[in-house]
Amino acid sequence: MQPDTTAPVRTKRRGLRLGGLGPLIGLAALVVLATILNPSFLSVGNIFNVLTRTSFIGIIAVGGTFVIIAGGIDLSVGSMAALLAGSMILFMNALTSALGGGWLTIVAGMAFVVILGALFGLGHGLAITKGRIEPFIVTLGTLGIFRSVLTYLSEGGAITLGLDVSDVYSRIYYGHLLGIPIPIWVFLGMAALGGVLLNRTAYGRHVQAIGSNEQVARFAALRVDREKILTYVIQGVCVAVATILYVPRLGSASPSTGLLWELEAIAAVIIGGTALKGGFGSVSGTVVGAILLSTIGNVLNLTSIISVYLNAAVQGVVIILVAFLQRGRRR
Amino acid sequence: MISVRFERICKDFGAGNVLTDVELEVRAGEVHALVGENGAGKSTLMKILAGYLPATSGTVSLDGEPRTFRDQRAAEEAGVVLIHQELNLVDDLSIADNIFLGRERRRGPFLDDEAMRREAARLLQRVGMDLDPRTKVRDLIVAQKQLLEIAKALARNARLLIMDEPTASLTPTEVERLFGLIRDLKARGVTILYISHKLGEVLALADRVTVLRDGLVVSTLDVGDATEHDLANLMVGRDVAEMFPTKHLQADRSVLWSVRDVGVPGWAEHVSFDVHRGEVLGFAGLVGAGRTELFEGILGLRPRADGRFELEGRPLRLRHPADAVAHGIVYLSEDRKGKGLHTGLRLAPNLTLMALRHYAHPFLRPDRERVALRRATQEYNIRAGGPDVTAGTLSGGNQQKLALAKVLQPDPRVLILDEPTRGVDVGAKHEIYLLIRQLADQGLGIVVISSELVELIGLAHRVIVMRSGHVAGELDAAALDESEVIAYATGLKGDHAA
Repeated sequence: MQPDTTAPVRTKRRGLRLGGLGPLIGLAALVVLATILNPSFLSVGNIFNVLTRTSFIGIIAVGGTFVIIAGGIDLSVGSMAALLAGSMILFMNALTSALGGGWLTIVAGMAFVVILGALFGLGHGLAITKGRIEPFIVTLGTLGIFRSVLTYLSEGGAITLGLDVSDVYSRIYYGHLLGIPIPIWVFLGMAALGGVLLNRTAYGRHVQAIGSNEQVARFAALRVDREKILTYVIQGVCVAVATILYVPRLGSASPSTGLLWELEAIAAVIIGGTALKGGFGSVSGTVVGAILLSTIGNVLNLTSIISVYLNAAVQGVVIILVAFLQRGRRR
Repeated sequence: MISVRFERICKDFGAGNVLTDVELEVRAGEVHALVGENGAGKSTLMKILAGYLPATSGTVSLDGEPRTFRDQRAAEEAGVVLIHQELNLVDDLSIADNIFLGRERRRGPFLDDEAMRREAARLLQRVGMDLDPRTKVRDLIVAQKQLLEIAKALARNARLLIMDEPTASLTPTEVERLFGLIRDLKARGVTILYISHKLGEVLALADRVTVLRDGLVVSTLDVGDATEHDLANLMVGRDVAEMFPTKHLQADRSVLWSVRDVGVPGWAEHVSFDVHRGEVLGFAGLVGAGRTELFEGILGLRPRADGRFELEGRPLRLRHPADAVAHGIVYLSEDRKGKGLHTGLRLAPNLTLMALRHYAHPFLRPDRERVALRRATQEYNIRAGGPDVTAGTLSGGNQQKLALAKVLQPDPRVLILDEPTRGVDVGAKHEIYLLIRQLADQGLGIVVISSELVELIGLAHRVIVMRSGHVAGELDAAALDESEVIAYATGLKGDHAA
């Protein structure tokens, strides 16, 4: 390769790399600040607490990374989580008489909810690609549908898991493996899986190519519709996995379950450096973004400088700040 | 009347100079033609004059006074109006609305539709169009839109009119009408700058002609002193005959791909042709004759009504572009940035996109992709700032070579190239011609769609001429010349002659 116009290109690259590290630097700064304000922030217990709470949004955001990189959006994930949680509990309660209140019922419930989540995603994908409806509209519609079906099923109250199952199942949320809470393992596992899928497989490359320019991808003979549908299926499965972790925490689902999760998940993806218009992004960035968001709430809880009631406001400032720092990164 | 003087104009888009030290003088009241190949810098120079782009350095003087227009509006206020090749009209608005877009007549806070309609009717008459100003632009044919653009320019009191390839989609009758109007404008004291690469037209219309090549002014001539052949050689920078490698005829000329009775709703009907081994089959026609749409339909990129295909005698189903690639049929779009390359992605992902299967088992092997990129940059002489730059930073010629390398990655047997040298400098053009010839000699069947007749005549063994979605005629290498192709393309000859 002949050297040619090297200089301007180099500087561009350097800016890009710094931008990629931006969220991580932000997180590090927040951690330092929090530790100065309250040394107990860095205790193992608190760190586990933050990460465990991050796992729901984090796992959903891993799926969201695929959808957004491919140029789509899924606004329904919070409502979907609520409906999946309610359905899973009803399913397990119904199975308890036949299979008993043990692991058999729980595993069946897990399989059920993963399949249901995948089907929801499939529905989204088909409506968007074959039905040629904007993803924003499709998932805005299902956002309402999912939550109202749950409200109907729960008759406005809560759907509660049977005590026998609940006792066994709660170990999934509260238990540890090698000294680390299980939700953290699942979160990291899903993130690793997502990262490999995005960066190291032909599928991941296709997703990026479609988001970067769908026309070019079509003309390169990629199966654009199929790949796009798959991103929504991945998103559905991720919501299902998050639900599997969420249900044992409280053992119930209500109309307020998963409220506004979609915004937190999308924010995590964007803070992580993924372009909202698609084509560019990373799972590791999303993980950092999700942790950054929940750390803010935790820091406000541990310190008394800013009221915890302003949590969403501080998160909002951070989101806008990150977007400001990343502006112009793409061209 | 306005005279223009360009002095030492340079323009640099970050990927090399597009214009270098351009010196050009346009006399008041003349028709001055600007010719050059695609990518020579004609349009860029005109955009600088009309306030669309700033020059990197140099000065533009109007009537002896240095002027820099902040934007297009400022230029129009000074009487300098540019009519784009891809006309700038709003389809959903009426003729009158378009003429006054951005400078609507008002009565108090309200639009004065009555006055605008009256004025629009007067302007339409001046350009020789007898249409209701309330007609929606959507309902006009291209030639009418072209005239409407001129009417729009007249509404802005244009004293210097720049026209960028106005005849690209016009029939000879429409061209004659346009020329009549241009001569009329000239008589009324409008200076005209006319961009074209159709040399016959230029000689018929212009007073003087300037040839640009690779961003440099090669020469300015009085049309009386120039012949088409001279201009062609000046544009290309060498004898045109040398641009094209010799055509060989393969020993094995069996039919590779046969296409029967293809219909693409709205664009093509009953199109049949064969592509032979080792052959370059040209597709000629006016803009809008349906060539691009035909092939997009064949490959499943747009809805197709019918059509039967055989590859080496075996029936072939083409429902999705992936079917075509799986059988070794690839297509390179004319729209490099919109459909050909991911300009925001780096070079390697662009190169390997259509053949990722070779690099994923099941995990991608970036090292192998890098090797493939290194090999491709050498083989196709792709010059880039480095392996990690995005495809968008390459020059037009290098982008096109990368795009070619990309569609060749799946090892195709049939290669369909749509305007393969559009926006490419002369050097890269020559390299692309050599590559096409070399691939044909290896036994590939190659289809070249091109609007440059010189290119088709230099490359193709046979040329199929399309007109309004039909095959109007087929010409063998022996019978190939420009006037024959134009006769079929415009309906003077052929099965569907008008």
